[in-house]
Amino acid sequence: MEGHSTYQPKNGAAKWLERRLPIMGLAHSSFVAYPTPRNLNYWWTFGAILSFVLAEQIITGIVLAMHYVPAGSLAFSSVESIMRDVNFGWLLRYIHANGASLFFFAVYIHMFRGMYYGSYKEPREVLWILGVLILLLMIAAAFMGYVLPWGQMSFWAATVITNLFSAIPLVGPSITEWLWGGFAVDSATLNRFYALHYLLPFMIAGVVVLHIWALHVSGQNNPLGIDVKSKKDTLPFTPFATIKDMFATVVFLILFAWLVFYLPNYMGHPDNYIPADPLKTPAHIVPEWYFLPFYAILRAIPDKLLGVIALFAAIAVLFLLPWFDTSRVRSAKFRPIFRQFFWIFVLVCIGLGYLGSQPAEGGYVIASRILTAYYFLHFLVILPVIGLIERPKPLPNSISESVLQGSGAAAPATGSKG
Amino acid sequence: MRNLSLTVPLLTAPYLRASLLGAMALGFGAFTSPAISQEGDDASEPTQAEIAAIDEEQEVHDTAHFPLKKPELLNWSFAGIFGRYDLPQLQRGFQVYREVCASCHGLEYVAFRNFQGHGGLGYSEAEVKALAAEYQITAGPNDEGDMFERPGIPADRFPSPFPNVQAAAAANGGAAPPDLSLMAKARGASRGPVWTVLDFFTQYQEAGPDYIHALLTGYGEEPPHGLEVAEGTYYNPYFLAGASLAMPPPLSDGIVTYSDGSPETIDQYSRDVSAFLMWAAEPHLVERKRLGFQVGIFLIVFAGLMYLTKKRVWAREAH
Repeated sequence: MEGHSTYQPKNGAAKWLERRLPIMGLAHSSFVAYPTPRNLNYWWTFGAILSFVLAEQIITGIVLAMHYVPAGSLAFSSVESIMRDVNFGWLLRYIHANGASLFFFAVYIHMFRGMYYGSYKEPREVLWILGVLILLLMIAAAFMGYVLPWGQMSFWAATVITNLFSAIPLVGPSITEWLWGGFAVDSATLNRFYALHYLLPFMIAGVVVLHIWALHVSGQNNPLGIDVKSKKDTLPFTPFATIKDMFATVVFLILFAWLVFYLPNYMGHPDNYIPADPLKTPAHIVPEWYFLPFYAILRAIPDKLLGVIALFAAIAVLFLLPWFDTSRVRSAKFRPIFRQFFWIFVLVCIGLGYLGSQPAEGGYVIASRILTAYYFLHFLVILPVIGLIERPKPLPNSISESVLQGSGAAAPATGSKG
Repeated sequence: MRNLSLTVPLLTAPYLRASLLGAMALGFGAFTSPAISQEGDDASEPTQAEIAAIDEEQEVHDTAHFPLKKPELLNWSFAGIFGRYDLPQLQRGFQVYREVCASCHGLEYVAFRNFQGHGGLGYSEAEVKALAAEYQITAGPNDEGDMFERPGIPADRFPSPFPNVQAAAAANGGAAPPDLSLMAKARGASRGPVWTVLDFFTQYQEAGPDYIHALLTGYGEEPPHGLEVAEGTYYNPYFLAGASLAMPPPLSDGIVTYSDGSPETIDQYSRDVSAFLMWAAEPHLVERKRLGFQVGIFLIVFAGLMYLTKKRVWAREAH
C-alpha cells in the first residue's frame, strides 16, 4: 500500500531536484500513484473537504487578524469595523464564522463514517487516534475563536468554560486564574485566547500531516471493510479520487455559499451582537451548535466536578473506541445488529444536541441523563457485547469481485471472519 | 477599560438578576471563584463572586416563557435571495430614528458617509455633507488643550445622545438605552426546533426587524390577569426578557410627518424604522445577496461540469 514512487522526473531541473530532495516523488506517490480502493463512496470525500476547510479557515483567519484588535475595549468595535469598513471584510468574517460551523459539520460526518465502516479498527487505530486529537484541537480553536468577537455570548462562554477548571480539586482555582491572567475573564484572557487561536490551526495542520501519513501507511478502509488484496482492487488516486473529491468539494461549497451569503447569522446567536458586559448575564448561555451534545452531557450531571469529568470522558472514550469494539468485521454492512445500534447512537447524539440547546430544567434534565448514560453505554457495553454475540454476514472475497458482481452482493461464505 | 465599552442593557434590573441566577442554575454552578483581594484592579468592578453573592438574595424568576407572544412575520423588501433595501423606506425610517429614537438611543457604528449612494440611503454627497453639518461634534483637544465643538463632516459617526453609559443610565432611571447600530441582529425571538430547521431552507433572517416592529407596536395591551407589571415599566408581550420594559411607548400616530404621503401610523413608523435599523446593522446586505447569487450560479455550473468530468473519468472503471 505504501505506493513506492513510480515518479520519473522528465526535465533536467526536475531530475536535479529529485536527486537532492525527492519531494516531487513524495507528492507523486501520495497524491497521484497512491492506490485507493475502487469502491469508495461519497462519504469518503470528507477528508478532502476538511482539508479544504482547514486551508480556507487559515487563509481567511490570517487576513482577519490583520484587522482585528485583541483588546477588551476594542475587540467588538474592530469586528464591526471589519464588517463595515474593510473591503469585503463582511465576506471574510462570514466565511470564517460559518467555516467553523461547517468544519465541525464535516468532521462529524467524517467520524460517523469511520464508525459505520469500522475505519478505526486494526491496523488503523493510530490513524483514528490522530483524528480524535484533531477534533480536540478543533474544539479548543473553535472555542477560543468564538470568544474573540467579545460579544455577550463570547464573554459568557469564556466565563463558563474557564470556570469548569475550577472544579479540579486543590489546584482548580489556581489553574482558572492562570487561564484568565487575572481574577476574572478580562482583556488579558482575550489577548491570550487570540494568541492561542492563531497557534492552534497550525498545530491542527501538523496533526493532519501525521493523520494523512498514517492513512497512507495503512491504506484507506472502504465500504466493504475488507483489505485490499490485489492491484485489481484499487485505482490510482489521480485522476479517480482527485476528481471525485473535487466534485464533492464544489457541492459542499454550494452549501457553504448558501450559509455565507444568505444565512450568515443562522448559526450564530443574536446575543453575540451585544458587546460583552461582565455585569449582565444572558438569560440562556448556549454554546455554538457543535458543542451542544457535550454541553448536554456536562449539565446532565448534578455535581460540577463529575460533570466536567463526564465532559472530558465523552471525548476520551473516542480515543479508546478501537479497543471497545470487539468485532473483527469492520463494515456495518455485514453487521446487522451493530448497524441498528449505530443509527440509535447517531440519534442519541442529535438528541443530546437538542437537549444542550434547551434550558436545564424539568424533563430536559431527565432526558439528558438518559441519553448521557446511553452515550457511554454505547461504547462501554453495547459495542463490546455486540462484537461477541453478533453473527456477521459473509464477507466478499475481494473488492474487485464484489464490484464486478454489482452492489455489494456477498460472495461464498469463505471470506467470513466472524 | 469597561467604561469605554458599549454597555447595552438588554434587561431591566430584576430580570438581570433573575437571568444571572438562571444561568447559574444551568448546572455549571461556576461562580465559586475564590475571594480574592482586588488590589491593583479597579475596585469599583464587582467580581463574579460578589455578583453571585448579591444575586443569591434575589428570588429566581423563570424567564423561559418570554416573550409572551411571538412576533408577526412581515414581508420585508430585503428578505429573500433577491432582497434589497427600499431606499424611500430607509429614509423614512431614518427620519423616525432621528425625530424619535435619537433622543435616547445612539447609532455609534454608523457614519454620515454611510448614507451616501445606493449602498446607503440614496442621498447625494451634498445632502450627506449638509446632514452631517447639522450635528455638533465634540472634537479636540486643540493646540490649547481644549475640547471644542465643530459641525459634523461625512466621516464622523453619529454622535450619541449621552456622553457615556453612566450618563445615559442616570438620565433613564438606571438603565442606559442600548445603542441601535446592531439592534436588528442582536435580537430575535426563539423559533423553536421545527421552525429553526425550516428557516434554513426558507432563508429566514429577518427575526430582528420582525421583533423590533412587534415590540414597537406591542404596547398598550392589557396585561394578563394576575401579572404584576413593575412600577416604572410598561407591559409589552413581545419583549424578549420579561413582561415589561423600561422604555415607554415611543411612537404615536402622527408623531412624525412624512413628506412622501406614507401613512403616519405607529405600524408604518415601526416598519420603516425596523428596516432602517436592519440597514444600520447590515449595510452590505444587498451587495452580499447579489454576490451570493453570482457565486451560487457559478458553483452550480461548476459542480455540473465537475460531475460530468467525474463521470467520464470513471466511465472506464467498474466501481
